[in-house]
Amino acid sequence: MSDRSILARSAADVAADIVAGVLPTTAALDACRDAATSVQVGPEGLNAALWFDAAHARESLTSASMHGALAGIPVAVKDNIATLRMPTTCGSRMLEGYVSPFEATVVARLHAAGAVIPMKTNMDEFAMGSSTENSAWGPTKHPMDPARVPGGSSGGSAAVVAAGVTRIALGSETGGSVRQPAAFCGIVGVKPTYGRVSRHGLVAFASSLDQVGVFGQSVDDAALGLQVIAGVDPLDSTTVDAPVADYRATRDITGDRPLAGVVVGRPLEYFPASLDPAMRALLDRAADTLRALGAEIRDVSLPHTDLAIPVYYIVAPAEASSNLARFDGVRYGLRVDDGDGLRGMYEATRSRGFGPEVTRRILLGTYVLSAGYYDAYYKRAMAVRRLITDDFARVFASGVHVLLTPTTPTTAFLAGTKKDPYEMYLSDIFTATANLAGVPAMSQPIGRIEGLPVGGQLLAAQFDEATMFRVAYALERALGEEAHR
Amino acid sequence: MSAVTDGYEMVIGLEIHCQLKTRTKLFSAASANFGDAPNANTDAVCLGLPGALPVCNKHAIELATRAALGLECTVHPVSVFARKHYFYPDLPKGYQISQFDRPLATGGRVVVGANADGSARVIGITRVHVEEDAGKSVHDRFAGVSAIDLNRAGTPLIEIVSEPDLRSSADAGAYVRAVKQIIEYTDVSDANMEEGSLRVDVNISARPRGSTTFGTRTEIKNLNSISGVERSIEIEFARQCGVLAAGGEVEQRTMLWDGVRNEVRPARSKEGSPDYRYFPEPDLPPLVLEPAFIEAHRAALPELPAAKRARFASQYGLSAADIEQLTVTTTLADRFEAVSKASGDAKRAANWILGVVLASVNARGLDITSHPVSVERLAALIGLEVQGAVSNTAAKQIFAILEQEDAEPSLIAEREGLLQVSDDSALERWIDEVMAEMPAEAARFLAGEKKLQGVLVGAVMKKSKGSADPKKVNQLLGQRVAPG
Repeated sequence: MSDRSILARSAADVAADIVAGVLPTTAALDACRDAATSVQVGPEGLNAALWFDAAHARESLTSASMHGALAGIPVAVKDNIATLRMPTTCGSRMLEGYVSPFEATVVARLHAAGAVIPMKTNMDEFAMGSSTENSAWGPTKHPMDPARVPGGSSGGSAAVVAAGVTRIALGSETGGSVRQPAAFCGIVGVKPTYGRVSRHGLVAFASSLDQVGVFGQSVDDAALGLQVIAGVDPLDSTTVDAPVADYRATRDITGDRPLAGVVVGRPLEYFPASLDPAMRALLDRAADTLRALGAEIRDVSLPHTDLAIPVYYIVAPAEASSNLARFDGVRYGLRVDDGDGLRGMYEATRSRGFGPEVTRRILLGTYVLSAGYYDAYYKRAMAVRRLITDDFARVFASGVHVLLTPTTPTTAFLAGTKKDPYEMYLSDIFTATANLAGVPAMSQPIGRIEGLPVGGQLLAAQFDEATMFRVAYALERALGEEAHR
Repeated sequence: MSAVTDGYEMVIGLEIHCQLKTRTKLFSAASANFGDAPNANTDAVCLGLPGALPVCNKHAIELATRAALGLECTVHPVSVFARKHYFYPDLPKGYQISQFDRPLATGGRVVVGANADGSARVIGITRVHVEEDAGKSVHDRFAGVSAIDLNRAGTPLIEIVSEPDLRSSADAGAYVRAVKQIIEYTDVSDANMEEGSLRVDVNISARPRGSTTFGTRTEIKNLNSISGVERSIEIEFARQCGVLAAGGEVEQRTMLWDGVRNEVRPARSKEGSPDYRYFPEPDLPPLVLEPAFIEAHRAALPELPAAKRARFASQYGLSAADIEQLTVTTTLADRFEAVSKASGDAKRAANWILGVVLASVNARGLDITSHPVSVERLAALIGLEVQGAVSNTAAKQIFAILEQEDAEPSLIAEREGLLQVSDDSALERWIDEVMAEMPAEAARFLAGEKKLQGVLVGAVMKKSKGSADPKKVNQLLGQRVAPG
């Protein structure tokens, strides 16, 4: 039997003990394996892990060099990130059994840091969804209440971390797919600046919005995970060669006013009159806590916020319709040969390979890129996207360092209750802006409503993850157990 | 001859696709080599595997820039890649990465011969953009199924789009030759039409002569020879004129050229024109070229065909026809200039290169730079001819020996007894012998029948095995009939 207390310690501490030889190299993996069994991460339970292979992971560990920042640390990886050996299906029948012949840059960096990847996690098909109900392999359940959704699209990774099976997991973000499930599950979720982390090996949904994100049980776990995967990659031309700061530099800063000089903006558009008063109260408490830590709280405005959802649901489906064109049954993945020639094969393969939400977005995206509609939809949306980006640039140029908002308008909802796609889309209302503007953002637990976690969102200027983490560390420390009450 | 085409004028614009000479593909490190086993040169990017991303090949951009400058285009400091969507099995991603509303270069020109009034005929270049090639569908290899070869998928192309300035099939052919020549001069592509590294799409419409508006055009796709371009234009023009003359309307559509049957027929019908749903490629940032980069490539451009032709005319005083042939390729032009310089006789150098040398090069299937007779040897040989040491006939014999044996031409001439004899006594002796052997002709010649002189000179040349100096022989024979 493994030492389950290992999972209660930060990934950084455990890795340090493994490097120092205080813990055996397989200690963390064994603890992860046993936790996975007891909370039932597989289809019989949470249905969070689609693929779990601790035995193989164990083999790779013994041969791995145990010097890195994540030495011996198990990291769960979302099923749309390419790994060798394990399938990469994107939660889609289209890619059933597909094993990538190359691994994602982020996976290679995890391995290089000594991490071990024992599992691939469930997700909404091709990352399209906010509940992880849209997986071809069945929905993932919320670890605290199986009747509820864990959020999505990276719901599997969020559930695995929230259930205490791993300290760190990778997800992906296009409109909030890491932050929203992090908020629902009561853990930390980070979406880095667009261009901060390589997308090489991340199966594309909407290329101009996609970023790999990190879940952590704590701010430090998430910061450590991001530290390992961040940085320019010659295999992704959209990564930026900007210096990667030490995201964990501020983890131990204490004292009376650790946030003195930090200006925290509170954008009024993220606090509509319709906001749940209990959620507003938790955000107020977070703001008061930050103020008590020395930060200045300043009310600001991001006037184009209400356009984010319409813009997002034009840009993202447009790019998706293009990115998903490669799934045609010709070279890999599903092929349904209906004997009706090439066109018949295309139609049968794509009709049966894609689920209804993916089909809906492909149709929507194809429509908005069509001749005669391009200018009215896509081009216009890109112009408005620029306005949203400018909103953030203006606020951050005015001396505001980070923004504080709710991550989601509600807590985790009951499975099967959001039948109307548009209603589901609105759960991204506070998160999609960061993807459109390319700014870093994260969610961390700030309390609970009726026992369900609530996330507070921090956003920062492009490539200033360090300041965001500084505030997050201080808030986490100051809230202590209040964050989970 | 009255034809259905009388009274109509053709308006043609061409799109030339030209494969850039890079080691690897436009967006990946897979080999761009031609002729390897099917699908040998593929990787995650050219297979369109999930998660693969394009990374732009810098060398391809350098070559494209050079070509665009050679076509006298304005190369833009910022251009944008775009996705062009259509479903086809040899298009792995379901889209081709191309450029759309912000191409690499615009507004160029190519000189294509001369107008009737002697002025240079200038054809406008609308744009030059960079794009990746698709793969190849093979329908005839396996019974009942099609096969896909993705070796070509992702190889870098430039598309050169002309203005609708061309007015005849010959015009179009000359334009393709001129563009091909610039491509070869700038050394950006093999421009080999048989191997498909240069392909042409023809946009053609017909309109009543005197009309200034354009008719409805059709597009003839994927022509891989200049004769195919010219023949398909003639046939399609006649077809369009027939439709118009009968009061019909030309339908805008894509046509295919069948060179075997000599016919143009419609491509499998698609409803309306395809909607490619272009949008900016989000996986690639805009292509930014520093002005210094563009200027460096401009400065490094070789002398282009038109400039070379003008210089050859003024520097060497050669005929237009000779210049045209000598400047077909830079290697030929360079060879000529080297021989001309070494021998000091440009006209003879041109004659030798365009005559004996090219015939030998073609017969041996060689590149001129690897021909066994070096620049120095050929120049020395021409030198012997200029001095009168060997006759032109003897020089050709020496050239044939030089092809087998690398030696000093003067030594060969001596060894083979080919040095021209201009010594009077030797020549007089041969003349005497010929006059004795041909008494009848000799008598008539001496009696004043001048036309027989040629016969006698020929006989002397024969007797001397070509070593007699024919000028001298003529002179000496002439003296024998001279009065006094």
